[in-house]
Amino acid sequence: MSSTSIINLPNQQTARMPKNHYLNSGYGLKSWALTLDHKRIAILYLLTTLFFFCIGGLMAALMRLELLTPAGDLVASDTYNKLFSIHGIIMVFFFLVPIAPAVLGNFLIPIMIGAKDVAFPKLNLLSYYIFLIGGFFELYSIIWGGVDTGWTFTTPLSTHYVNTNVISAAMGIFIAGFSSILTGLNFVVTIHRLRAPGMTWFRLPLFIWSYYATAIIFILATPVIAITMVLIAMERVFGIGVFDPALGGDPILFQHLFWFYSHPAVYVMILPGMGVMSEVVGCFSRKRVFGYTAVAFSSVAIAVFSFFVWAHHMFIMGISNYSALVFSLFSMLVAIPSAIKVFNWSATMYKGSITFETPMLYAFSFIGLFTIGGLTGVMLASLGMDIHMTETYFVVAHFHYVMVGGMVSAVMCGLHFWWPKITGRMYPEQLGKLAASTLFIGFNLTFFPQFILGYLGMPRRYHAYPAEFQVLNVMSTAGASILAIGYLLPAMYFLWSLKYGAIAGSNPWQATGLEWQIQSPPLKDNFEEIPVVDFEAYDYEWLANKTRHEVTNVG
Amino acid sequence: MDSQVIANDPEETQSAHEHSPHLVHHYATMDQQVESASFGMWIFLLTEIMFFGGMFMAYLLYRNWYYDAFVAGSNLLSIQFGTAMTTILIVSSFTVAMGVFCSETRNRKGLVAALSLTLVLGISFLCMKGTEWHGIYVEHHVPGPNFSIETFVHPTDARDVPMSPDAAQHTQIFFFLYFALTGIHALHMVIGCSVLIFLLIRARQGAYTDGNPTMIHNFGLYWHFVDIVWIFLFPLLYLISRHPLK
Amino acid sequence: MHYISPVLWQFLEKWLGNSPLFPPEGSAMSVHVDVFFLFLLLVEIVGVTIVTLMVVTFTILYRKERHPVATQIEGSTLLEATWTLIPLAVFLVCFAWGALLYFRIYDPPTNAMNIYIVGKQWMWKAEHPGGQHEIDALHIPIDRPVQLTMISQDVFHSFSIPAFRIKREVIPGRYSTVWFEATKPGVYHLFCTQYCGTDHSAMVGWVYAMKPEDYRAWTQGSTSGSSLAQNGERLFASLGCHSCHTGQESARGPDLAGLYGSKVRLADGTYVTANDAYLRRSILTPGAQVVAGHSAIMPTYQGQVSEEGVIDLVQFIKSLNSNYRIKQGATAPELEPGQAGTPGTVPAEPAAQAQPGNRAGSAHTTPGTVK
Repeated sequence: MSSTSIINLPNQQTARMPKNHYLNSGYGLKSWALTLDHKRIAILYLLTTLFFFCIGGLMAALMRLELLTPAGDLVASDTYNKLFSIHGIIMVFFFLVPIAPAVLGNFLIPIMIGAKDVAFPKLNLLSYYIFLIGGFFELYSIIWGGVDTGWTFTTPLSTHYVNTNVISAAMGIFIAGFSSILTGLNFVVTIHRLRAPGMTWFRLPLFIWSYYATAIIFILATPVIAITMVLIAMERVFGIGVFDPALGGDPILFQHLFWFYSHPAVYVMILPGMGVMSEVVGCFSRKRVFGYTAVAFSSVAIAVFSFFVWAHHMFIMGISNYSALVFSLFSMLVAIPSAIKVFNWSATMYKGSITFETPMLYAFSFIGLFTIGGLTGVMLASLGMDIHMTETYFVVAHFHYVMVGGMVSAVMCGLHFWWPKITGRMYPEQLGKLAASTLFIGFNLTFFPQFILGYLGMPRRYHAYPAEFQVLNVMSTAGASILAIGYLLPAMYFLWSLKYGAIAGSNPWQATGLEWQIQSPPLKDNFEEIPVVDFEAYDYEWLANKTRHEVTNVG
Repeated sequence: MDSQVIANDPEETQSAHEHSPHLVHHYATMDQQVESASFGMWIFLLTEIMFFGGMFMAYLLYRNWYYDAFVAGSNLLSIQFGTAMTTILIVSSFTVAMGVFCSETRNRKGLVAALSLTLVLGISFLCMKGTEWHGIYVEHHVPGPNFSIETFVHPTDARDVPMSPDAAQHTQIFFFLYFALTGIHALHMVIGCSVLIFLLIRARQGAYTDGNPTMIHNFGLYWHFVDIVWIFLFPLLYLISRHPLK
Repeated sequence: MHYISPVLWQFLEKWLGNSPLFPPEGSAMSVHVDVFFLFLLLVEIVGVTIVTLMVVTFTILYRKERHPVATQIEGSTLLEATWTLIPLAVFLVCFAWGALLYFRIYDPPTNAMNIYIVGKQWMWKAEHPGGQHEIDALHIPIDRPVQLTMISQDVFHSFSIPAFRIKREVIPGRYSTVWFEATKPGVYHLFCTQYCGTDHSAMVGWVYAMKPEDYRAWTQGSTSGSSLAQNGERLFASLGCHSCHTGQESARGPDLAGLYGSKVRLADGTYVTANDAYLRRSILTPGAQVVAGHSAIMPTYQGQVSEEGVIDLVQFIKSLNSNYRIKQGATAPELEPGQAGTPGTVPAEPAAQAQPGNRAGSAHTTPGTVK
């Protein structure tokens, strides 16, 4: 073992992939399409969401190209409007919301708590197909003319003024919403009822806590967006005015209903990332996460508070000054648990034994970018400041720092960290580090100029913009091209590693957690025998003793 | 909170695995499986509450804004019809409860009878709902281009106050919410009846009375929930602020 | 801030205001917003620095080469309390400061001069009290509070002047207001910041802040000949309003003289203040709030009077101290409502609503928009 790395691979000359594992437990399309194995379902989700990520990314690339020059010259304004609408809808509802819960969560939750599967495997498969159907609706609306309402579907624009495929887009979101609900339901029941003997709540990895909080948000918030989308579709079909002021309706009601889901959904897009962070920071510091209870409860606190902040998207929409006060105060409070987490992760490194493998680099990038994104959120939550900043590129930069800088970093981090567990093979470490650094540089170059643009007053969703904003926009576009390389590189070496990667063995990172005590890739049923848990989470001393005394691992 | 339940020692887990024919392989014990199913059902019902919640919110807001239109709309709905439908649903809740009882006491005939009765009641509720919708359609009170405000501007009932045309337009919002709420409730009833038919076929073959009443139990929860939603819809749409019966 | 630190004030006004990376400061409020921004920026920088310092220091001190065996630490309640309470205190300061600023930005002073803004796809129309109309431009005097009363004719828009640090959503069906006091003459950007359809990014214009004497010259040079109230008077006559609102005791419609600002008793016994919003509601949906002692016989003017027409009518009603002008109007020749050329009316359009998309096209043709 070298002194700068904790990677511990079996001897490559003698190592073999395990004879039986979930990937070779059945072949052919049917064994995948009708699988009830949570791990295979996770792989299906991974492929589907990555496909959507590519579409969304392509839209983003075209947008950045258009914004290279102040005049609207590359595409027509209607096309540009469709580009950002599709980018938003796809990235939010078909990439960010499902990727972490449905991919990493599906794969890891049962293994981490010592169960053979999720509580309702058939429901799990069903929710994948529901997601797929929702996706087809979305693809239909993209291919047959697109949709140009923005991902926020602001009424009465979306209901009475545009002639694009709003109904199919809304129905796609409605249907995909049920996939979220069922996934959330499955996770909550799994975490409550299927924990292995001895796996008490406070022995759970923090990953599970944050996914539990995510699932709660899924369950409580998603039905509201579902009914809102139904109302939008009905209003378009029948020409009734629930949200149309000309017919006596109230467009502000739509805003309330929409943000009642969409603000908690923002936490769906970050909480799972926080879970990944807790695992990775602990592992590469060789330490138990500092302040376990505080980190665990801060996840739950985020889930609870997230339901009381939605109207901070409406500070300039004429809600009463006093309700603005309340929502601003709650928005400040919801920032506290996030701050607690960041400090605890940093403190975890204190007196650790830190190494710098790719997942840890992504973790550093997450902590930095999320801190910036979170604190700019505090700026936006400050009422007087919000008036100037909202609806400008400042907001765009803020939520990209949280969602791309935060969540996508975390997803990349998690994929690298658990890649050996998922596939049984290692990705090339040097290339991984290169890609992580490229992403970090590209990301900052893309989105930092947008903070300045935003304070200068450049409104979001502008197809053409005043010439004085060009320099910063060119920087942003240049950064976006670096960012694109940062995403393509991992895509290539992940594919390469499937065949040529080093055989990982069951625990390449020497990490704690039940998932590392079984073979990689895992058996179809995860465990030969349900383990009895008699140790705390992140007990690296226990692990060190165990590896010293035992020759083989469990499973 | 429930670690005792699942913290059984592995040997007992093993024996449970061999003994119960209903145990799905990834559960350790039958208890765990049954509890998971019912816990899952409760959470599902929680999401259903949120689902209806959005529409109740809209109802609350517009009732506040357009009180007169909502009263005028309520007056047009038949209170006799509403009462009959409510009674039907309450009785059907009772029959479902009987079904759960029969399935727990392994009484196949009783279960089949209870489920059949529930199905009949459910379908008759849907028929009545359909009749009521048809009546509203005939009177041009379905929101949309064919909506007519005639009845509200020139009411035939002497107790109704004539409304101005612009205020009468807002009864469209009442009827939209009426159709959205009762429509989605009826959709739940249709789904319930379909599941009921499936359960009935299986029950005739002897399922659910062989010591595994979980499915009937959870269906009962769903059916009661749909009933309870109606218990809220009935006063909100038919009863509040309307003028008394003739 | 200028009484706290004149140096900082100078820095803000002279240096930062001229930096290409900082928006110009054109209003009295903008410096207050910027001071708050700099405070928040400081919080941001301090926060990011602390986290970065922690991470960098620990990775240098405790990297594996230097520190091969980790020391297990459970946690520390004291530390948890520290990094809960200190951020909480800082965030509460942000909250309080932000709230004070918000109330200042959105509560207009009583002596503000009022300009009406109507937003529609995809242009801004401004109506000055003297009857001056402008499109995608706004001329305002400096050193005088200006209040904008805004409404949208179709979808959500948002009225934003970055140099003044103000922004407010322009909503269909209800008035929203915002105010500012320009301090420096100049030309500033005016943006629509709420996505509003195809030409959202073309819904931009310029704000011309002028010295009071220049503004006076501009008002005189670009008058259309009649004030908003005079337009309203003509519209009032052409719609035949005076046949009911005669001002007499026995009239079918309530008396309008001196109505604006008074408390009106409604048929259901409640009271409502007769402000812009109430008058607009009473014109467009008269059945909603019927005045006590009158029956709901007034027809709706929804679809017949454009938002500018409503503004004209409201201005006219505002200006009524007696019923003299109404009686004068009653003798004038009556115009057919909806007849082309009557400003403020909307011509009859077949099926202008109901079907989605229809309105997108028809919104262009509304007369009363032409200058």
